[in-house]
Amino acid sequence: MEAMHTTNENDSLPVQVKTLHKSFGEQAVLNGINLQVRQGETLSILGRSGTGKSVLLKLIVGLQVPDSGSICIHGKEIAGLPLDQLNEIRKKIGFLFQNSALYDSLTVEENVAFPLRRHIKMSDGERKKHVQELLSSVGMEQDSQKMPGQISGGMQKRVGLARALALGPDILLFDEPTAGLDPITAAEIGELILRLQKERNVASIVVTHDIHGAQTVSDRVALLRDGQILIEGTFGDLQKSSDTFVVQFLNDGSLGGHHV
Amino acid sequence: MPPTRKSKKEMSVKMEPGFPGAKTAVAFFEWFGDLGMFCGRLTVPFFVPPYEIREFVRQFDELGSKSLPLAGLAGAATGVVLSLSTRDSLIRFGAKSLLPEAIVFSILKESGPIITALVVSGRAAAGIGAELGAMKVTEQIDAIEVSAVNPYKFLVATRVLACILMLPLLTLVTDFCGIFMGWVTDTLAEPISLRLFLTSGFQNVTFSDFLPSTLKTMVFGLIIGLVACFQGMRAQGGTEGVEHAATTSVVLSSLLIILADVLLVRLILVFFP
Repeated sequence: MEAMHTTNENDSLPVQVKTLHKSFGEQAVLNGINLQVRQGETLSILGRSGTGKSVLLKLIVGLQVPDSGSICIHGKEIAGLPLDQLNEIRKKIGFLFQNSALYDSLTVEENVAFPLRRHIKMSDGERKKHVQELLSSVGMEQDSQKMPGQISGGMQKRVGLARALALGPDILLFDEPTAGLDPITAAEIGELILRLQKERNVASIVVTHDIHGAQTVSDRVALLRDGQILIEGTFGDLQKSSDTFVVQFLNDGSLGGHHV
Repeated sequence: MPPTRKSKKEMSVKMEPGFPGAKTAVAFFEWFGDLGMFCGRLTVPFFVPPYEIREFVRQFDELGSKSLPLAGLAGAATGVVLSLSTRDSLIRFGAKSLLPEAIVFSILKESGPIITALVVSGRAAAGIGAELGAMKVTEQIDAIEVSAVNPYKFLVATRVLACILMLPLLTLVTDFCGIFMGWVTDTLAEPISLRLFLTSGFQNVTFSDFLPSTLKTMVFGLIIGLVACFQGMRAQGGTEGVEHAATTSVVLSSLLIILADVLLVRLILVFFP
């Protein structure tokens, strides 16, 4: 009975990753990753550059294929899924890219409308209103007609976030959300993420090496090293750890500034 | 896919000792193999609805409006050159009266289509290769995929179709400008009315002279669209990757157009003798 209960609970988990392996050529990037995220929970994945944090996010959303292991989204295994079924799952996932990845040739408004235009049937007026609401929720309603090249990096992140929220996802993936931003803008983005998570009760994974940012937005953190999760728990658990790497990472991060 | 990459790498390593050009040979066949897989991924999105009509119209408009002046200018220059060089040759053989026909036939059957294809290849292939390359290296194509939109349908199919359908139309423009400027050059050397020039130029022209050679540019359009999108979608690295995608798009599409023309001319001669 207990086993059945656990199975059902696992089936409803927004994200569950088991013994995930990924390598590029001879270089093993992920070497047996296990993690899970519950609804309404935010997990931050910390680690040095090049440890496969972004690769992990791309695997979760099906942009890359794992060598072995399992990735379940709401209990459904995504590896080997046909594209149409994978796309149905992707509609429930919002992804904020490291450099925002806004479409150069489209205005801010068109960028946010892009997924809506393709997946949700609504009139032009309704779509415009919905896009304005999304832009307003990230404080970008005044710049809807600007091109991505005409706005700052922090503003691009906000627009990228509005686009990620367009289809009303229940999972959000953030790839270095504060990278390349000044400390004040980085803090603003962190607060924005926190507010949106509270409002929408989404499951989030934040990949970052911004320790302060992670501390602000996360319920749990996992530290990645050599393709494996070295330690996982609350931020307090990490601070209590006596592992040399954990101590060094936390100390250097504290000294090293607010963002990457 | 990692297993495939490994096997290709292993293959190149095994071949290298006995065959100095093995790496190049493997890269050559690998390119065609990857292109084949790319075409395979494109086939279903190309035909299965929903269609990206809005994006197709945008690409069609952009390709046409930006290539039109170039095609017209190239056609005009070809007409002038043909008129000047052919006139001299025909006078030597005492066949000056054949000049309008020589110009019209030459432009309709070969010069117009191939000049159009090469000009569009220079402009559109570079543009498409650079645009998709930049989108690839800045993760915009990943963003499209994450939005549950098939980039092969949205980006590739629309551009390839625009190239296929626009090339014959641009060829008509090149033909028109070439023939008109051929007459202008001819009449400057020795006055001849436009009506007489066209009447004698088109007197032996049939649809089998005009249609196959104009419609073969659809194949050139397919080559331009496919090669440019393929090179753009496989771009890697930063600006260097974008530059490489743009350059190789132009070089490879121009080369393949000329090679395809050899085959197409032969086929047209067989089916429309």
